Amino acid sequence: MKEITSIKYIVLHIFILGFGILMLYPVLWLISSSFKPTMLIFNEQGLWPSRTTLEHYSNGWFGLRNIQFSRFFINSLIICFFAIVGNVISSSMAAFAFARVEFPLKRLWFGIMLGTIMLPGHVTLIPQYIIFHQIGWVDTFLPLTVPKFVAEAFYVFLIVQFIRGIPKELDESAKIDGCGPVTLYLRIIMPLCVPALITTAIFTFMGTWDDFFGQLIYLSDINKFTVPLGLRLFLDSSGESNWGAVFAMSVLSIVPSLLVFFAGQKYFVEGISTTGLKG
Amino acid sequence: MKQKYKTYLVGYGFLLPWLIGLFGLYLGPILASFYLSFTNYDLFNSPEWVGADNYVNMFTQDYRLKDSILVTFKYVFFSVPTRLAFALFLAILLNQNLRFLGLYRTIYYIPSLLGGSVAISILWKQVFDQSGIFNQGLSLIGIDGPSWISDPSYAIYSLVGLSVWQFGAVMIIFLAGLKQIPGELYEAATVDGAGAIRKFMKITLPLLTPVIFFNLVITLIQSFQTFTKAFIISNGNGGPINSTLLYSLYLYIKGFSFLEMGYASAMAWILLFIIAIFTGLLFLSSRYWVYYSDGGQ
Repeated sequence: MKEITSIKYIVLHIFILGFGILMLYPVLWLISSSFKPTMLIFNEQGLWPSRTTLEHYSNGWFGLRNIQFSRFFINSLIICFFAIVGNVISSSMAAFAFARVEFPLKRLWFGIMLGTIMLPGHVTLIPQYIIFHQIGWVDTFLPLTVPKFVAEAFYVFLIVQFIRGIPKELDESAKIDGCGPVTLYLRIIMPLCVPALITTAIFTFMGTWDDFFGQLIYLSDINKFTVPLGLRLFLDSSGESNWGAVFAMSVLSIVPSLLVFFAGQKYFVEGISTTGLKG
Repeated sequence: MKQKYKTYLVGYGFLLPWLIGLFGLYLGPILASFYLSFTNYDLFNSPEWVGADNYVNMFTQDYRLKDSILVTFKYVFFSVPTRLAFALFLAILLNQNLRFLGLYRTIYYIPSLLGGSVAISILWKQVFDQSGIFNQGLSLIGIDGPSWISDPSYAIYSLVGLSVWQFGAVMIIFLAGLKQIPGELYEAATVDGAGAIRKFMKITLPLLTPVIFFNLVITLIQSFQTFTKAFIISNGNGGPINSTLLYSLYLYIKGFSFLEMGYASAMAWILLFIIAIFTGLLFLSSRYWVYYSDGGQ
């Protein structure tokens, strides 16, 4: 009896692992191909390269005239940095107000906020573009960073849910000790919210790093291009002739997401399962 | 009295950034978008009032739009149920007392993590090419696959495939839902002699309906707005023969390539309307198939 069960478990493990590898196969193939000499990429079956080369990485990195991929990475990182800082500060402030402060019309505002989570971005897209066009922000990083400083409803909701789990007695005793609301927010609630803030930071990073649409419409000067835009430009300019280099740059472009994911895995999974969104 | 006045100030103080965003980036632009949808506007000359012309033209003259709506429906109707079914299957598979569960969850999540990026869309072009690895796999079992990307009758399915591949986030929400189902129910069912399929149909599925409903709404709204995949895989034009011209891509082309901002605004309102109808229908139907164990509170 016991043995049958353990055989069953081994089969189950093999199945799960095998299926997982099948799912990851395209990505593994991408990584493997980026190290293969061009002539082997489409001719050699299997993942393990019989010969390896790093030339695709240097060809890709220096593959565009007058500009290197390092510029795209720096631009993407700058945008991500401000997006994260802005979003964490502003969303946590709004969340604190909704979860811990009493003020009139609070329920109404909260309802409106939940409504904006469901609103498709397309409806506001064009007027936003027109506004940024008129104040001369198009082709700068500002339309991609400044809006992050006015809180995003999804993250406000995420942090509200988290704050609700913190005992209210803490607020009471802090008030008795003479804590004002700002001190309460900064010294008591925020330190206890760190997991939710990290989740917010990770999601914001992922969303901003891969945000192709926003960067596509707002950035046109190649010196301001981000990694997704650079990658697309590289695909268009070298295209079919140089798949090896395109693959190599594709691999580099997903490395930051993977690093952040593995570093913050715990928060990531918790964030998804408690709030249910994104991805 | 003074104390009360102060907490008002505190509340709105903390809410200020969000309120600025709400009026500046949502409510204001929504009104502006509605107005623009009744105008011709090219960004450089001032908007010209044309009444309902944009809306009328959408449904009487714009055959590309008709293609685009059909393609989008096809994409949504194939990808949403498939992604959900796939995610549920894997969640059930992983919802056991297994060792290495964390590792498996990580492996299965990676496609979702990367799926929205330009890099993966580029990769997808290769995977589903005539000589790509998908067809190589098919040839192992004796099937000679078509060129999925450049054949207009198949191109949309490569996008559906990419969308289904991003099953990870949905799977994690299902896993969280499965963990909520009390183990005693299964034990009692086993005592009563119920088999695995019966347990799934009578316990798992009914108790999971709120989570299924949630995933359905979220995935549906997301799917109607898919952009990056279609843009990269079709080189930004929605081809071959409009077969990957998802609604968002066409809206982008109208608004930002042709600078028909008024028309694109009207398109955005129609999209909002379509999404609202589908979500509305889902919410209405939920009374009949979603089971809340707390009686629907």
